[in-house]
Amino acid sequence: MILHGYLPAILGGLKSTLSVAVLSLLVACVFGLLGAAAKLSESRLAHWAADIYTTLIRGVPELLLLLLLFYGGQITINNLADRQGWGYIDINPFIAGILVLGFIFGAYLTETFRAAILAIPRGQIEAGHAYGLRPLQVFSRIVLPQMIRHAIPGFANNWLIMVKATALVSIIGLDDMVHRASLAASATREPFTFYATIAVIYLAITTVSLVGLHCLQKRYSLGVRKVDF
Amino acid sequence: MFDWPVVLAALPDFFRGLRVTLILLAIALATGFVLSIPLAMARVSQNKWLSMPVFLFTYVIRGTPLLVQMFMVYHGLAQFAWMRQSAVWFLFKDAWFCAWLVFSMSTTAYTTEIFAGALRQTPAGELEAAQSLGMTKLQIYARILWPGALRRALPQYSNEVVGLMHATAVASTVTLVEITRVARDVYYNHLSVTDSFGVAAIFYFVLTFTVVGIFKLLEMRYLKHLNRKVSGPVAAR
Repeated sequence: MILHGYLPAILGGLKSTLSVAVLSLLVACVFGLLGAAAKLSESRLAHWAADIYTTLIRGVPELLLLLLLFYGGQITINNLADRQGWGYIDINPFIAGILVLGFIFGAYLTETFRAAILAIPRGQIEAGHAYGLRPLQVFSRIVLPQMIRHAIPGFANNWLIMVKATALVSIIGLDDMVHRASLAASATREPFTFYATIAVIYLAITTVSLVGLHCLQKRYSLGVRKVDF
Repeated sequence: MFDWPVVLAALPDFFRGLRVTLILLAIALATGFVLSIPLAMARVSQNKWLSMPVFLFTYVIRGTPLLVQMFMVYHGLAQFAWMRQSAVWFLFKDAWFCAWLVFSMSTTAYTTEIFAGALRQTPAGELEAAQSLGMTKLQIYARILWPGALRRALPQYSNEVVGLMHATAVASTVTLVEITRVARDVYYNHLSVTDSFGVAAIFYFVLTFTVVGIFKLLEMRYLKHLNRKVSGPVAAR
């Protein structure tokens, strides 16, 4: 029998690995856009806050941040609940993992997005304002469509790092692919088989992502002339 | 914020953990640097039989999580009876050896790509000038290509060093008592997040900025002619 019948369990784990990766990417995009907006804003306070956010997050390993924010958040929320008299709140590791990973990678995406926005010629944004577009319209019609093209390489990189980082959520008790594999490994005493299997699955995700991002890059670079050296 | 008696009691452990982190970083970095030089040359080679295997190696290593690689080597290899009976089993039983092996392979893969990228950026004229002077291939590498490529690779290599330093936190999952493991032990004993993970975060933070600072100095020395902006630390794998 293939993998002693553990294949469905592993694939179930793949589902949670992928959902964690995709959902944390969405959260990271929100934090990244907010961070980039803060870094480019005129407000000094917003600028400092964003600087502290990106510097602190990028100076510490993801695994440690995951433990720090997961346990720290749990204690903070329960202290708060205690004071309000709500009783003990059991925090869902799935949601906590997504929020924490999203918060961490938001710091990396902040830099990607900031650079992408800066790559858009300032005159275009000014022209948008001159035509009487509201700031949100300028963002959605002028900045966003072009920013995507500039952000794709950095974005792709972060996505790949993030898929691999989801392996770490097994350490805070999330039932992902790595967790399923280690359960199967100890039950069957064939750890290599199962870890190698999920390594191949991760590699497949990487390959599919690279192909997909290549297509996306092509789509958003339509009408942009290539430079030949 | 900190419970000082707890922090002070744990500090000697944290410094022992720092030592383990630094030793892991140093041995993996040294191995990775030495292996990346020939591998990067193979990677940019016109000969497919040289470049393809290296590409495959970097693709597989960079495409799978470090944690899974670590489990495969440390827990996985015990599955095979021939492995357990082999002469090198005493090495693979040892968490230090496995961590060294996995971290070295990882940093070799990333560094090879960084160095290969820097080699490819060599201006064509430099290479042609060297060829027209009748230098041999090895002379060209030693005198023209590497001095330029290693300089160009400095900013990215600095990111790789920080990334590897952060990646050593994964060693905490295979019984090595480095900074993150010490933090987890302090947490389980005192259930205080700041005294455990908070202190560890400060250690990593100081380490990160020491590495970034050292590379800024190196860049000031070796990239003086470019005088370009220095990039910050980047994500681990």
